[in-house]
Amino acid sequence: MTNDLSRKDKTLGETLRSQGISRRSFLKFCAATASMMALPPSMIPTIANALEKARRPSVIWLSFQECTGCTESLTRAHTATVESLIFDSISLDYHHTLQAAAGHAAEAAREAAMEENNGKYLLVVDGSIPLDNPGYSTIAGISNYDMLMDTARGAAAIISVGTCAAFGGIPHAKPNPTGAVSVSDIIKDKPIINVPGCPPIPVVITGVLTHFLTFGTIPELDNLGRPKTFYGQSIHDRCYRRPFYDKGLFAETFDDEGARLGWCLYKLGCKGPTSYNACATTKWNGGVSFPIEAGHPCLGCSEPDFWDGGGFYKAISMPTENITKTTIYAAAAGVAVGVAVGATGRMKKASASKAHQKVTIDDLEK
Amino acid sequence: MSDASLPQFNIQIGNDLTWNVQPILHEIRHALRKLLETGESSIIDLRSIPLAPGEEETIIDTLGCGEVHAKLNALGPSEIYETRFTGVWLITHFNEESSIIGRFIEITRFPDILKSQHEDMTIALDQLEQELEHASLSDQNETEAETNT
Ligand code: SF4
Ligand code: SF4
Repeated sequence: MTNDLSRKDKTLGETLRSQGISRRSFLKFCAATASMMALPPSMIPTIANALEKARRPSVIWLSFQECTGCTESLTRAHTATVESLIFDSISLDYHHTLQAAAGHAAEAAREAAMEENNGKYLLVVDGSIPLDNPGYSTIAGISNYDMLMDTARGAAAIISVGTCAAFGGIPHAKPNPTGAVSVSDIIKDKPIINVPGCPPIPVVITGVLTHFLTFGTIPELDNLGRPKTFYGQSIHDRCYRRPFYDKGLFAETFDDEGARLGWCLYKLGCKGPTSYNACATTKWNGGVSFPIEAGHPCLGCSEPDFWDGGGFYKAISMPTENITKTTIYAAAAGVAVGVAVGATGRMKKASASKAHQKVTIDDLEK
Repeated sequence: MSDASLPQFNIQIGNDLTWNVQPILHEIRHALRKLLETGESSIIDLRSIPLAPGEEETIIDTLGCGEVHAKLNALGPSEIYETRFTGVWLITHFNEESSIIGRFIEITRFPDILKSQHEDMTIALDQLEQELEHASLSDQNETEAETNT
């Protein structure tokens, strides 16, 4: 802990040098960082100067109703060394999935960090907050709501990581059994940066942290509180299949000629035109590819209520009556119908493979 | 993966899929002219431009390989070479797991990252002085030890 405290007083430049990291390596790190933050390469010297002098901010990370996918995304970030440098450049004082301490010891660490850095720490939240019954989700006996209110008080800013923290996400999907809400639904007096995605792209999470570290400010946000650098353009605007959309060339099924030729996935339900995220340029898995490049339409996971959008495989302007009807029917008949639907689905799959039929959108919707 | 029963996908059709290959090559042309006329360098971040599968390769193939080829070993490898167009460099940074973390086209006389850095030279000088001092001290100790015996 003493060692950690003394490290906190050092600038990032000093910390890196004491670890034997050369200036050349640091410049490479800054180049990758500029690229990651979608900043023009001409900003590399500015980033280098700012990061050199940056001091490690205290970060408290709270996980509420979530699947740990967002933390998984962050810790599986592809730029291993660069990411670990960013981790090195923050002081992650509380993260109940990643820290060794548990229970009261962990809570004591959170309280200590809050007191020591009052008004200066960054609060990162993943997961939504259940308001119906506080007992739905607790940490060390403290309800998510109480912990959020208590920790937010002394925070300089809050980063809501993932669609659940940013917009309520999957827990908030109809019928929202826990009364799940987003951070910005409850906290009104702090700067909140929404970093949605299910999960968000790893480098987008670290990009926002790095922005705060580099410039000490929060990035410019759109009307949904998302940083414009990453969420400023729609998937559709940056999609490499766009020329096919413009020419009216669409895949109609997942294995027709159009699908093979890489045509636009609009008719297969692509939500790219209404989804704002960095997938089309930053891509996933270390910049290897992104869903549309793999032949699957965008689900729109970085948008509010993406789960209730009427079907992942319905084109956005298509009517969605069928789907609604099925849902009402299933809800009325309860579990038995769920099993029956599962069974017909399996039968359909079996007969499809026997007859080597094409899998259509309707099959996927059933 | 040559199983004939697997569907064959062809998502790379020609090099005009996003229409971004030619504009990037023209941007390089403008930047090279600027370098010649004003001495000002430019950098293009290839990861900030939407490119279809294969388009980045098309750009790299068009630029080809020139006379200088350098490898860095700094937080994972980096590959830096001058393309067949003098003054146009391709810089690819990898992490320690060999994934690309940045790819840039630099239009410059010499990429900055290849230059020896002031801070590193200061540390190097310190280290060299210490090592020489250490060596001369241990020489001295040995001579003293020999004289004593
Ligand atoms: S695949 Fe989706 S994002 Fe791409 S052009 Fe078609 S509709 Fe737009
Ligand atoms: S392509 Fe669409 S659904 Fe997929 S991760 Fe990106 S925004 Fe989310």
